[in-house]
Amino acid sequence: MFVRLSAVIAVMGLLSSFALTEDAKLTDPQIAHIAYTAGVIDIAAAKQALSQASNKEVRAFAEDMVLDHEAVNKLALDLVKKLKVTPEDNDTSKTLSNNAADKLAELGKLKGAEFDKAYVANEVAYHKAVDSALETTLIPNATNAELKSLLQTGLKIFQGHEQHAEHVAASLK
Amino acid sequence: MTPRWTLSIVAALTLGASVPADAATIQITMENLVISPAETSAKVGDTIELINKDVFAHTATAGNGDFDVTMPPNKTMTLVLKKAGTVDYYCRFHPNMKATLVVEPIPRETP
Repeated sequence: MFVRLSAVIAVMGLLSSFALTEDAKLTDPQIAHIAYTAGVIDIAAAKQALSQASNKEVRAFAEDMVLDHEAVNKLALDLVKKLKVTPEDNDTSKTLSNNAADKLAELGKLKGAEFDKAYVANEVAYHKAVDSALETTLIPNATNAELKSLLQTGLKIFQGHEQHAEHVAASLK
Repeated sequence: MTPRWTLSIVAALTLGASVPADAATIQITMENLVISPAETSAKVGDTIELINKDVFAHTATAGNGDFDVTMPPNKTMTLVLKKAGTVDYYCRFHPNMKATLVVEPIPRETP
């Protein structure tokens, strides 16, 4: 129950951090920064899991997260270079990073099966929140067609990870 | 010389019952996290070429456990079909990638 509740709070925090900028229309350099940051956050979480997780499936999941998000972020870097766009830091990126740092610290205190469960629960919640932000805010606001297309690929990747995380979560029960 | 060659090839094809003479190679592509075609028809003995055009690793994992092939980024793997049946398969890493493979048995030759 504790894990589930904290996952819900994490989602609410994420959603509200995305909602912060709802009034002011996000620019492409800001959207690129947010998407890239979202990937960096999940890579950091996965690296923590690789040093702390005990369950084999959880570790395999974390390895996939590192590989996939590094691959997506490389595509993103190649694209911004090609478009000569400099990603621009913004309130949404900052809130995301701050929340993620809190989460890393919170999970850092857990060990063994307790860590495994909390990490996977957060992965489900985090990917859900990012999916929703991509669908409702980032993709609709992106003006460059190539950026929009990369975000759409990112959405499919994140949705896949969300389902994968749900399968892993179910196997831990 | 030529007739003997022909004979031995014919014999090999007839005796090698596990590899039908008309075995085909069929391509299935994974690109942008989509498996295409969504439904593939094949026969036992056919070879499936699983082409991964993404920078992400994918798997072709049969729901019924018949096969589980991992494709590294931008790599092609092959799978020889051994069992007839309709198999729903998916990617273990991205379970939102799903497709169906319909494998028909080798038709019995009429004597």
